[in-house]
Amino acid sequence: MAEFASSGCLFFDELIDEQTNKEFLDDIGHTNIDEVDSVQDFYKNIKATSSIPRIPAGTPLKEAFPKNSPLDKIFKNEVVEGAITSLVGSKTIVDHQFLHITFPTKYFNQANQRQMSQANHQDSTIDPRSTFDVQLFYFPTEVTKEMGGTRYHPGTHLRIVNENAIAKYQNILGQKSIVCKPGTIGIFHSGLWHGAGVNFSENIRYMFKVRLQPTEKQELLWDPEKKYQPLPNRALFWTDETKDQTINDILMRSYPWQEADTNRLDKINVVKFWRLLTGHKKMDVDYWLTRIENELY
Amino acid sequence: MAKRQKVLVLYLKFPSLEAEVISWATFDGTGKKLHMTGDTDTPPYPTGLDALLDGWRLFQASQAIPEHPGEEFRTSYLKHEFFFEKLEEGDF
Repeated sequence: MAEFASSGCLFFDELIDEQTNKEFLDDIGHTNIDEVDSVQDFYKNIKATSSIPRIPAGTPLKEAFPKNSPLDKIFKNEVVEGAITSLVGSKTIVDHQFLHITFPTKYFNQANQRQMSQANHQDSTIDPRSTFDVQLFYFPTEVTKEMGGTRYHPGTHLRIVNENAIAKYQNILGQKSIVCKPGTIGIFHSGLWHGAGVNFSENIRYMFKVRLQPTEKQELLWDPEKKYQPLPNRALFWTDETKDQTINDILMRSYPWQEADTNRLDKINVVKFWRLLTGHKKMDVDYWLTRIENELY
Repeated sequence: MAKRQKVLVLYLKFPSLEAEVISWATFDGTGKKLHMTGDTDTPPYPTGLDALLDGWRLFQASQAIPEHPGEEFRTSYLKHEFFFEKLEEGDF
C-alpha cells in the first residue's frame, strides 16, 4: 500500500495462468497478423463474437462478467481480488472497460497514416477528489520493448491536471514503459500520467483495461483488523543511515521528474494520502505536515 | 533559401537555466526528424545553459506565479518551462 501511495502503481508479473490467457485470446479471436485486413474490421469482429460484455457504468464488479469467462477468472484470482479489495473495496463498481489494441507499422503504412505514440495524459477529466479510482490493466500476451507497452510516470498520480493538457511533455525523466510476460496485471491510481507507445514489432499488442470506483471510504480496506500504527518520528537531515528501510522511506521516495521546490509538496501530498488510507488524521512522515500545522495564531 | 524553425522546450528542476532538465519536447519544422512522445529516455542537454551553449535561442520562460491562497499545496503541471528555437536555412 505504501508503494501504491508513493508511486501510484503496482505490478504483478505473470499472475494470470497460461490457460486463462489462451482462453482470453481465443475469445477475442486473436489471430495471425496476416489475417487482419483492417483495424476497424478487427474491432468489429471482437465486439461481435467475444464474451466481453457491454457493462452499464456503475455495475457492481461482482455482477459484471459472465461466469467462467476468462475475465471472470481473472477477477477471481486471489491476488487480483485482494488488491482490488485493498484499494477500492469489495463493493467496487465498474466505471468502464476497453480492449486497447496497438497495431504494428504495417497497418499504418497500408492506411497511409503517420504512426505516432499516444501523448501523455491523465484519464477522464480534472479530478480533485480525495477518493480515487483504480485502473486495472491485463496483458494477455508478452509485451516486448519494441511493442511500445504502456508508458507511465511513477509518482505523478497526485498531481491534478486536465487530461490531455500534459501532452506537451514529450519525454519525462524517469519515464517507464511496460515490458512484461503474458498474464501480467498492472494497477494504476486513476491520476497516474500515462500513454501508449508505438508498436514497432510485427505483432498486435493487447491491453484490457477496467476502471473501478469505490463505494465506501478507502480507509484501511487493506487492513481489516485495523492494526496499522504509524511509525514514530525519526531524525531529519542529520540522520542515521544504518537503520533498515521502513515504510516511511517508501512514502518519502523522490522521483527524477520532480522539481526541487514542488518535490516537497509532492511529499506532503503523499503524507495526506497516507492519512486517508490509514485513518490516522494526524500522522506524519518526516515532520512535513506537523511543521506547517504548528499554527499558534 | 527558405527558413524553418526548430523548437526545443525544456522543463527544469528549478527556475534557473543552470538547473537540470527533467522533461523535454522537440518539434522540427524542417521536417527532417519526427519527434514524438516517449521517443527518448535521455534529455538532449543536461541543463538549460547547455542548450544555450549549443546555439539554441531562448524566447520564452515561465513566470513565477504565487500559489493561490488555500491552494498552496496543490500540485499540477511542471513549473519551470523554457522555450528555445533555432532557425535553419535550406530548400525544404
